[in-house]
Amino acid sequence: MRKLLVVLGGLVLLHVALLFARPKGADASPATKRVRVGIVFDLGGRGDKSFNDGAYEGGERAIRELGADVTFIEPGEGSDREPGLRLLAAEGMDLVMGVGFIFTDDLNKLATEYPKTHFAGIDYAISTDSTGKVIPPPPNIAALKFREEEGSFLVGALAALAGGSKKLGFVGGMDSPLIRKFEAGYTAGVKHVCPDCEVIAQYAGVTPIAFRNPSRGKELALSQYQQGVKVIFHASGSTGLGVFEAARSMNALAIGVDADQFREAPGHVLTSMVKGIDAAVYDAIKRAQNGTFAGGIIGFGLAENGVGYVYDANNKAQIPDAVRAKVEALKAEIIAGKIKVPSTT
Amino acid sequence: MSGRAMRWDETLLPPLMALAIAAVVGDLLILAFGASPGHVFGLLFEGTWGNAYGFGQTLYKTTTLVCTGLAVAIPLRAGLFNIGAESQIAAGGFAAALAGLALPAGVPWPIAAVLCLLAAAIGGGLVAAVPGALRAKFGASEVIVTIMLNFIVLAFLNWVVAAKLHVPESLHTPEIATGGVPRFADFISIFHGSAANVTLFVALALAAKMWWYLFRTKQGYELRAVGLQPEAAENGGVSLGRTWFQAMLIGGAIAGAGGINYVLGYKHYYEEGFATGSGYIGIAVALVGRNHPVGIVFAALLFATLSQGGLAVNAVVPKQLMDVLQAVVILAVAVCVPEVRRVLRAAGGRAA
Repeated sequence: MRKLLVVLGGLVLLHVALLFARPKGADASPATKRVRVGIVFDLGGRGDKSFNDGAYEGGERAIRELGADVTFIEPGEGSDREPGLRLLAAEGMDLVMGVGFIFTDDLNKLATEYPKTHFAGIDYAISTDSTGKVIPPPPNIAALKFREEEGSFLVGALAALAGGSKKLGFVGGMDSPLIRKFEAGYTAGVKHVCPDCEVIAQYAGVTPIAFRNPSRGKELALSQYQQGVKVIFHASGSTGLGVFEAARSMNALAIGVDADQFREAPGHVLTSMVKGIDAAVYDAIKRAQNGTFAGGIIGFGLAENGVGYVYDANNKAQIPDAVRAKVEALKAEIIAGKIKVPSTT
Repeated sequence: MSGRAMRWDETLLPPLMALAIAAVVGDLLILAFGASPGHVFGLLFEGTWGNAYGFGQTLYKTTTLVCTGLAVAIPLRAGLFNIGAESQIAAGGFAAALAGLALPAGVPWPIAAVLCLLAAAIGGGLVAAVPGALRAKFGASEVIVTIMLNFIVLAFLNWVVAAKLHVPESLHTPEIATGGVPRFADFISIFHGSAANVTLFVALALAAKMWWYLFRTKQGYELRAVGLQPEAAENGGVSLGRTWFQAMLIGGAIAGAGGINYVLGYKHYYEEGFATGSGYIGIAVALVGRNHPVGIVFAALLFATLSQGGLAVNAVVPKQLMDVLQAVVILAVAVCVPEVRRVLRAAGGRAA
């Protein structure tokens, strides 16, 4: 008994002593007038090679280039999202961001409770009333919306011009309005340069699991390639890894999404439709710093460099100069408003 | 357990010892990460017990974990390992939301809340009845069946919500028409913003009820007998299959009831993944609480504190550090309970 109490006492003493340990460089107090930003990730968290990582990069860039004080929080479960945002807002951050449409309700709630704090939501879902009229978000929320259909339009045109087949493929993840935007833009791009081309569009499923099902992606892609498709555009998260695998085994081409996915299947990735989440995050932080932050719907399309396609040393050889010139001309037309890209199928 | 007089040193020393070990290991982990332990533990305390909001969040998480902890402990008392609390609580939350959606808005909330609670218990109980029945009838391993059912049930619920019930561009159902229960913040304004709600009392009542059931009823006695020595219990006239089925059913119903914490008390809708991980932490809660309802309440409070604290210190140290700390608590308890008891017994033997 006494021996145990001695051990217990010793452990407690050791713990108290360690509480005063201060490693070098810990808790350096932040400079005062730096902009303070909090970012809460979606459950996927960092390492998803998609929008969470994109937001992280944007935040890191703001730390490097703007000297911003950025705090990242990774919630452990669904009910931690709102507390995560609230923690940051209660600390008096200048800007609090939620990464992913799933934060929409939580942001709405907090924006009314903290009217002086700026909030931003990536892919924030704009709601409409019963007559279809857009209900604007609270004035202190910036809804960062990407016009994925514009980038998809360009890769669609590129696929039709450089793919060498009149049949084009599309593999979507979860069948949802967001992914339908990709399909709509892609199909419009294909039809714009090749009216008699055909797009075979398929979805991996109707639940979020459809974004993490590579074997289903491979299955869909193989069947499309066997029908004579030469290029497949995927908008399906890690399901797309199966599409790349199919492209490798069929010696065909695929188009990546969100980030440059060349490395997933070198030589078989025609291009990637990139979504500049890092740029959007960086931009929002910059606005919060220089006082020009404004709520409302902020669109990121081709004009804002929010979406685009990859053309670099890796895929130059697969894209003839004439094709590149044609796609660039289309891009200019979209930016100028001469081409209206549909966002629904 | 109940037959022997409680010895305070055997009850209190092991958890204190385990906590002290975990605290020191935590210090070292934090130092290894390059942060100061005093700062991090300060933030952890401030974010959980240090203010009313944090404390409310801790109580909110405690509610869920008491339920999933009991859901593991009751079958474990009968010798069954229920790994399925994860899907049982999801099914319970979904059933509660369905009931709340189906009831007309005019039904007063106390009546609606009771109906939703019943629906939740039935939902969780149904999911647990499958492994219970398979074990009782065919001797199928409940471990494998509950793990597999987690995948099946969660995938099914995701599909139903995504395909039929969700609000566009979200992963949740519409809000329930009635049945939402008051939050603490409605009575005590300093709890403002926290999700703690009166379902905490439902969880505590369930824990009290389970204590009574296990230690004061014939069925509870039979259940424990089956867990300790199945052959002896069977020779004594207890039906093993019936007891196993019953234990799983009770466990599943309690896990399901845990779903109302989120659905009735917090968001008023079912959302995919609302209690992700709580079924698995429930296993740890049952272990640390030593399958005793009172121990489970305290263990749930401890793990809720670590979980909420993890969010509060997330800005300084990565989330994974708190996960490691939770694991250290589990290991320390697993080691300390038999070890401390052995030392105490040995000392007692010498003194006598």
